[in-house]
Amino acid sequence: MIDLSLLTDGGVGWLDASGPSSHLVLSTRIRLARNLAGRVFQGRNSETEREDILKIVEAAARDTVLLRRAIKFRLDRLEFSDRQLLHERHLVSKELAGLDPDGRVRSGASLLVQDRLGVMLNEEDHLRLQGLHSGFALDAAYAEVDRLDAELGQRLAFAFHSEFGYLTSCPTNVGTGLRASVLIHLPGLVLTKEISKVLQGLAQVGLTFRGLYGEGSEVVGNFFQLSNQTTLGSSEYELLDHLGKMVRQVMDYEEQARQVLLRDAPAIIEDKVWRAYGLLRYARALSFEEAMNLLSGVRLGVGVNLIPDVGMYTLNKLLVYTQPAHLAVAEGLGPSDPDLPVRRAQFVRKVLESEVGRRG
Amino acid sequence: MSCEQCREREAVIHLTQIVNEQVTTLHLCERCAAEKGVESPGAQPKTPLGTFLAAMGQEPEQAQAPRADTCSRCGGSLADFRESGRLGCPDCYRSFEVPLRDLLRRLHGSTHHMGERYAERGTTEPAERQQTSELREQLRLAVETENFELAAELRDRLRVLE
Repeated sequence: MIDLSLLTDGGVGWLDASGPSSHLVLSTRIRLARNLAGRVFQGRNSETEREDILKIVEAAARDTVLLRRAIKFRLDRLEFSDRQLLHERHLVSKELAGLDPDGRVRSGASLLVQDRLGVMLNEEDHLRLQGLHSGFALDAAYAEVDRLDAELGQRLAFAFHSEFGYLTSCPTNVGTGLRASVLIHLPGLVLTKEISKVLQGLAQVGLTFRGLYGEGSEVVGNFFQLSNQTTLGSSEYELLDHLGKMVRQVMDYEEQARQVLLRDAPAIIEDKVWRAYGLLRYARALSFEEAMNLLSGVRLGVGVNLIPDVGMYTLNKLLVYTQPAHLAVAEGLGPSDPDLPVRRAQFVRKVLESEVGRRG
Repeated sequence: MSCEQCREREAVIHLTQIVNEQVTTLHLCERCAAEKGVESPGAQPKTPLGTFLAAMGQEPEQAQAPRADTCSRCGGSLADFRESGRLGCPDCYRSFEVPLRDLLRRLHGSTHHMGERYAERGTTEPAERQQTSELREQLRLAVETENFELAAELRDRLRVLE
C-alpha cells in the first residue's frame, strides 16, 4: 500500500475549508496541458518513449523550486485500490489511474506531487500541470501553476505554435491548455429545480459542468464542477475572469434559491436537513451515494445556519474518507467487501460524535 | 446564378473580399463555399467534437486534393484522428492545418492563441521575426489552397507586424 502520509498534507490540503466562499465552493482546480516538442503524442508513442518522457520531466522537475521535493507515484506499478485512492483525492484523472471497467494502466503513467501542485505524466498529454486550492481561489491557484509552468518551461522544450499556441493531443485543449474548474455545492438550485436552467445558461456562455470527479463522472451529492469549455482565442486572464464572474453569479443564484426555500418552505427544509443529520448520526449502514446525499443535506443545513455545531471541515473530511477506496483502505477491506456500508456508517457516527460541538 | 467555382450548382453564398484594395465578390454554392472555409449562417453547428470529426475531410473532393492525408512526422492520418479524436504529434497541426483550422474555429470560435507566449529554449531569432516568417509561410499555403478568406486575414496580420 502506498504511504500518503509522505505528502505534507496527505494531498488533501484542498479540503480544509480555509479558502474563500468555502461554504459553497469546495475547491478550485487549475490544469495546464503541455507536450514536449518533437515527440509524438501519448496515443502514438511507445513504452520506451513514455519512459524517456518520465525521465526527462522528472529530472527537470527536481531542478525546480516548486517540485524539487515532489513525491513520485508510478501509477503503472500501483495496485487498483491505491490508484483509486489517488483518484478519490483528486490527484490523478480516471484515465491516468486506469479505472475504467476495461481500463489498464498505461506504462509510464505517473504523478509528481508537492504540496498543492502536481504533474500528471503520460496522461492524454505528456504533462498535465495541476494545482488544487481550497475554496474559490482561481487567481491564487492559477498564479501557482503558472509559476510551475514557467519553471518547467525553462528546463523543457514545450510544443508551441505561433498561431495555435500550446499544442495538445486533442484540439479541444489547444492554445492555453488551460482548464480551470470550481467544485461547487448547489443543493438550493437543485431543490428549487432551477439547476437545469442555470447549467443551460452556462453552456451558452462557453462553460461546462461535470460531476465530482471531473470528466465523465456523474453528479453526486449536488456537487458540480464548473469549468471553461474553450482554451483558444482568449488569454488565460480572460478565461479565468469569465469563469470567475459566472461562478460568482451561480453563487448568488444559489444563495437566492436558499432564501426562497427558507421563506416559502421553512418547515420542509428544516425537516430535510435535520433528517439528513439524524440518518448520518444514527444509521447502521450507508452506501457511498446515500452518504453523499445526506452530507449534502447537512451541508445545506450548516450553510443556512439551521444546524449550528457542525464544521465545514468535518463535512469535507467525511466526504473524502467515506469514498469507497478510502474506506476500504482504512478498514483493511477489499474494494467491494459487503461489509463496507456498515463500516461507513460506523465511521461517520464516530467522526460526528467526536467532532460535533467543535467547529471544524 | 450558378456557382463561379464549379459552374454546376446554384450560387447561394456571395462572398465579398477586399484584396489589394480591390473589392471582388465571389458567388459560390454551399459546397464550394465550405471548401473555402465559408459557412452559410444557418450551417453553424452546436454539436460536440464527434460530429466535427465525422464530417472532417470526408468529401471525396478533399480526398483527392493535393493536401497530405498522413503526417510526415508520425504517420498519423486524418482517418486516425477522426476515429480517436487525438492527433499523433505536434507536427500534425501543420500537416492537417487546413481542416484543423476549420475545426478550431468551430470548437473555440477562433484559431489564434491569445494567451501567454512560450519562449522556446535556445531560440535566438526574435519572436516577432519568427512569427512574421511563419505567417508568410501560412499565407503562401493559404493562397496555394485558394483559402482567400484566410489569406486576407493573414495579410492583415502581416501588415501589422511589418
